[in-house]
Amino acid sequence: MSRLDEAVQRARAVGDYDALLDVIPYARFTGMRAALLDPSTRNLVRVHLPYRIELVGNPTVPAFHGGVVGALLESAALLQLVHARGTGFPKTIDFTVDYLRIARAEDLYAVAEVQRAGRRIANVRMKAYQKSEDDPVALGRGNFLLVS
Amino acid sequence: MREWVERFMYGLPHARALGIELVSSEDGGRVIVRQPWREDLVGDPETGVLHGGVITALLDTLGCACVIARGIRPQSTLDLRIDYLRPATSKLELIGDAQCYRVTRHVAFVRGTCHHGDPERAVASLAATFALHEAKS
Repeated sequence: MSRLDEAVQRARAVGDYDALLDVIPYARFTGMRAALLDPSTRNLVRVHLPYRIELVGNPTVPAFHGGVVGALLESAALLQLVHARGTGFPKTIDFTVDYLRIARAEDLYAVAEVQRAGRRIANVRMKAYQKSEDDPVALGRGNFLLVS
Repeated sequence: MREWVERFMYGLPHARALGIELVSSEDGGRVIVRQPWREDLVGDPETGVLHGGVITALLDTLGCACVIARGIRPQSTLDLRIDYLRPATSKLELIGDAQCYRVTRHVAFVRGTCHHGDPERAVASLAATFALHEAKS
């Protein structure tokens, strides 16, 4: 079993997804964090990017780079699938991001909802937001290959 | 327009942090960029393959650059779609190659791919649209 798969299992067992991200160099590079939201009602993994200048696209606003918003949405989907399915990290088949508004220089969050998970493929919708979950800055959807 | 594309790309703090480099820019809207492999950008420490987020940022930056290469100022990315065609290979740089193939008054359309040097073996493909600034009359 790979280090990543071991970290996945540990993360699921104790609900500590920060520990899983610590194993991923890119997550450390961006400063990405993750936490289990209110397990009793929603059972959602929320990923979180604290604002950093290295994550900025447009420096005059300043605003998060669109690629970073996309990366956070994709990560939300992957972690939600890991949490819900208990498999290793899925592989992204495709994903789409609709950018609704500028992601400003403050904390950025993303959550994902599995629409359907078959034996091999899952369809997931994601949203990224800042102050309020009801006012998303970007929406995502994607298909993911589930690996056992 | 190459100068505009350069100024745009190297003015993005995140593109600089990733180390994205401009390879070529044509006034017709075709741009090629390079993302060097780096250990701190890896998604899976076992395989050493670059994280998907790096590919997303590379392709979003590239798409925007293609619009600028045509002498047009994009305001923001409207949407982008990425298809993962085959797994990326460890410790290899990624080449992004895209074209802005249609511009209307309000929207620019871009498609492209990224690969490890062989365009016939693309790792991912991109389709994106960009909102344009109001033209000054």
